[in-house]
Amino acid sequence: MATHSFILNGKQVSVDAEDDVRLLWVLRDLLGVTGPKYGCGLSVCKACTSHINGKAFNPCSVPVGDIKPSDEITTIEGLPATVGKDLHPMQQAWLDIDVAQCGYCQPGQIMAAVALVKEAKAAGREITDADLDGIRNVCRCGTYPRIREAIRQGAANMPA
Amino acid sequence: MVGYLIAAPTVVAAARFGLVTEQAKAAGLPTVQPVDHYDLSDILTEAALPTMGLLKVTVNPDGSASFDLPRAEVGQGITTACAMTIADEMELPVEKVHVTLADARPELVWNQLTGGSNSMHALYEPLRVAAAVARGQLVQAAADELDVLASQLSVKAGVITAPGGRTLSFADLAQKAAVTKTTAVTPKLKASSAQTVVGSDQRRIDALEAVTGRKQFAMDLQVPNALPTMLCRPPTINGHAVSVQNLADVKAMPGVTDVAIVEHNQFVQGGVAVRAKTFGQCIDAVRALKVTWAPGPVDGKSADDVAADLKKNELPLTPKLPGTTIEEVFTFHFRPGDPLETNCAVADVRSGSAEIWSSLKSPIWAKEQIATSLGIPPDKTTVHVTQGGGSFGRHLFCDAAFEAAWISKQLGKPVKLMWHRTDNFRHGRVHPMTTSRVRITHAGGNVLSFDQRHTCVATDFTQGIGDLLTSMDQSLPKQNSLQFSQTVFMLTANVPYNFGAVTQLLNEIYDFNTFNTSSVRNVYSPNVTTATELMVDRLAQSMGKDPLALRREFVRDDRLAAVLEKAASAGSWGRPMPAGTAQGIAIHKEYKGASACLVEIDCRPATVNRKVRDAYTGPRVTKVTHVVDVGLPINPLGIRAQIMGGIMDGIAQVLSYGLHLEKGAYLEGSWDNAFYTRQWNVPPEVNVIVMPPTTGKAGGVGEFGVGTSMAAVACAYGRATGKTPTSFPINHDGPLGFEPYPTSPPIPQSPTNGLENVS
Repeated sequence: MATHSFILNGKQVSVDAEDDVRLLWVLRDLLGVTGPKYGCGLSVCKACTSHINGKAFNPCSVPVGDIKPSDEITTIEGLPATVGKDLHPMQQAWLDIDVAQCGYCQPGQIMAAVALVKEAKAAGREITDADLDGIRNVCRCGTYPRIREAIRQGAANMPA
Repeated sequence: MVGYLIAAPTVVAAARFGLVTEQAKAAGLPTVQPVDHYDLSDILTEAALPTMGLLKVTVNPDGSASFDLPRAEVGQGITTACAMTIADEMELPVEKVHVTLADARPELVWNQLTGGSNSMHALYEPLRVAAAVARGQLVQAAADELDVLASQLSVKAGVITAPGGRTLSFADLAQKAAVTKTTAVTPKLKASSAQTVVGSDQRRIDALEAVTGRKQFAMDLQVPNALPTMLCRPPTINGHAVSVQNLADVKAMPGVTDVAIVEHNQFVQGGVAVRAKTFGQCIDAVRALKVTWAPGPVDGKSADDVAADLKKNELPLTPKLPGTTIEEVFTFHFRPGDPLETNCAVADVRSGSAEIWSSLKSPIWAKEQIATSLGIPPDKTTVHVTQGGGSFGRHLFCDAAFEAAWISKQLGKPVKLMWHRTDNFRHGRVHPMTTSRVRITHAGGNVLSFDQRHTCVATDFTQGIGDLLTSMDQSLPKQNSLQFSQTVFMLTANVPYNFGAVTQLLNEIYDFNTFNTSSVRNVYSPNVTTATELMVDRLAQSMGKDPLALRREFVRDDRLAAVLEKAASAGSWGRPMPAGTAQGIAIHKEYKGASACLVEIDCRPATVNRKVRDAYTGPRVTKVTHVVDVGLPINPLGIRAQIMGGIMDGIAQVLSYGLHLEKGAYLEGSWDNAFYTRQWNVPPEVNVIVMPPTTGKAGGVGEFGVGTSMAAVACAYGRATGKTPTSFPINHDGPLGFEPYPTSPPIPQSPTNGLENVS
C-alpha cells in the first residue's frame, strides 16, 4: 500500500492504494467520483473515458502507480471548470440535441468527444466523418447519430 | 372514469379505471389472427388496471407535483413522458413535475412490471385522470377563496387567474385544497386539441444529470460498508462451484475481506463470491481462485447441436395446397441482451431485515422472492428501484439483486455486487437461438397460405407478471413454454398481409433454465418479422412484382398502408442504386402501432473490407427512413430516440451481433467480440418520422423499432447481394473475428498500458 497523489478536477488529492489498482477503482471506490462508468474494464467500451493532462484516456487500464503527482486527471465532474463555466459547450450540445437515453455511456462519450475536437483543432482542421467513425465508445441505447450531430455542434462552440 | 381525492395534508389525486376493450379492425379478410383483436399490450394493461387507484399524483406545498412511478426507467424515457402527461393535464411546467421510481409495492400486484413496451399504454389515461382531479380540486379551492365560479377561472403554468386579474398559485392552494376524507370525483379531462405538452418535443427530464455525471446508477450509490463484490463464475453455462483449493491464499490478497462459495439455485447462479475494497481487487481475487466446478446442463453443447435439437422439434406445416410454393428455413443464433451497465445491485441483509437497490423491472417479485428465499418478513424487506443503464430485457429478471441479497446474508455484511462484462456476455441472459421455417403458396395472383414454424430454445418467462405467484406458476415443469411463451407468441406474432390461411406456431425446446434467456428487446418479433419479410421479398420475386408494390397490394391494415406509403415516398423507394447496393423495405404491427422501415445498404467490397482494428466493419447501412404511427405520440422527440436505438439494434442483429456457443460456453467476452453497432457501422443518414395521432391511445415505443429495422436491413442485404440471407447474424458463420478470452480464469485482467493510448 502506498499513498498516491495527483490533481483531480483541479484539486490535489491523496489516496492510499496498492500500486496496481487501476485508476478507475481509485476514483470510484476510494474517492467516490462516479462520473466515469465501468463498462468492461478492458479499455474496449470507453465508458470510463476521462482526461489526463487534457487528453482522453481510460482509467480502467492505468495502474494508479503510473500516475504522477503533477498529472491532472479530469473526469466529467471537472469538465465544466476547464472552460470556467457551469457547462462545457459539448455538454450544452448534448442537452440541445437531447443525446442521452439511459445516460450510462454519456460521460465517457462527452469526454471522448472533447478530446477528439481538441485534437482536430490543434491540427487546424474540422471534425470529419472519418473522425466520427473512429470513435470507439459503445452506446447500447444506439444514440450514435445524435452523438455525431452533437459533436459537430459542440465543436463549433469550443474555443479554438 | 372516476378519480379520487385522497385524504392527505396536500392535494393528492388518483384514478380508477374499468376494463377497456378496443375492437381491432380486421380490414379486408381473408387473413384474421388472434392478435387483431387482443394483444400483449391489452393483457398487460388489463393486468395493471385494478390497482391504478393506488397511484397518486401529489401537489407539494411549493406548488410542484410529484409522482412515484411504479416502473423502471432504463433509458426508454417514461419518466419524461409521465411528467409531460401530468404537466399538461395540471397546467404545470414540465420541470415542476417530479417523477421518482417507486420502491417495490406488492399491493400493486401486476402494476409494477416494466415490460412489453407497455408503460405509457397502461399509464397515460390513469395519469391524466389523477392530474385532472388534482387540477380540478385546486381550481375549486381557488374559486372558494376568490369567491367566483370555478368556470370563471383560468389556469396556466401553476397559476390560477380570476376575472380582473387576481391570482393564486398552486403553492398557495396545495394545503388549503387538501381533503380530510377520500372522495370520488369525475374529473373533466382537457380536450386533446387543448393539450400543449403532450405531442410536443420534450427533452429528457434527467438529461442534465446524465451529461454532468450526476445521474446515479446502482453502483454510484454510497451505501455504508457496501464493499465491491464479484462472483467467480464457472467455465460453462450454469455450472456450479464444488470446492476452492486456495481459499486462505485468496482471502489474504490485498484489499480482500471475504471469499465464500455461493450455492447454485434457480435464482442465484452462484460461484465463489469475493468482497474487497475495490472492484480491481475483486477482479484480481476472482482470477486467482482455484475452483473445482461441477458441470452445467449444456456442457459439450455447441450451436450445431442446438440447431439439430431445434430441427427435431419443429412442428409440421399444414398440408401443401396446389400452386407455386416457396419455402425457407432461417436460423437466428443466440444474441446478447447486454445493456452497457452490467448486472448489479447493492444489498444490506443483516439482523432479519433486507434492503436492496437495483434497476428492477419486476421489483415486487424481487421483494417477495428475496423475503421468501432468505426467510425475512416481507415488511422487513425493502427493494429500491434505481435508474438503469439500459435493459433490453435483462432487468425483467432480478439476477444481481437475488445474488447480492443472498451473498450479503451469507457474509453478514453489505455488498455492492457487480458482474464483470465478460460474465455479462457469457452467463447473462440472451435471446434464445431460433429457427423459423416459412412456406408461402400462391396461385392466380393470390396468396393461398402462409405457414410459419418458429422453433426456439425456451425464453425464460419466470418473472411472470412481476410477482411471486405468477413466477412460481411459470417455474412449474413445462408451464413456462406451455403458458407464457405460447401466450406471448400468439399475442405478438402476426402477418400483416392478406395471405389467406395463415398459421404461425411456436415450439420451444429445453427447460426455461437450461440456457440463461429472457425477453430480449422485442422478444419473438424481430425474428418472426425478419423471416416473414424476407419471404415477402421472395414472394414478390416469384410473382414478378416490385417488393413495395406487392406489400401495397396485400397489406391488410390502413395504418400500416399509411406508414408504408410515407416511408416509400420519404425514403425515395426505387431510386437508381449502384450494383452492390440496394434498398429494402419492411413493415410491422405491434404495441398498438404500425411501422415501416426503408433501408439502403452498401455491400460493395470497398465498404465491406474497410479496416478498423478489433472490429467488424462489413456492409454498411447508409440510409434509414423509419416511419411510426404509435397511435398517440406523447413525446415525438423521445419516440424518435427510441426508434433510432431500435434501428441500431436491427442493423447489429442482421449483420454482426451474435454469440458463438461452443462446448457449453459463449466465446464472446467483450464489446470487441460481440459486435454491437459502433460508430463505423452507423448510417450517415437516419430519418425517423412520427406520424400525427391516429387512434388517440398511446402505443408502445421502447421495443417498437427493432423488428421492422432488422427485417428491412435483411431485405436490403438480400437485394444488394442477390441472395436471401438465411443465417443471422450474417458474420456468424464466417471466420471468428476475435481471439476469445479463456474460460478459466473466467474473466480477463484489465490492461495496464492505458497511458500508451492517450489521445
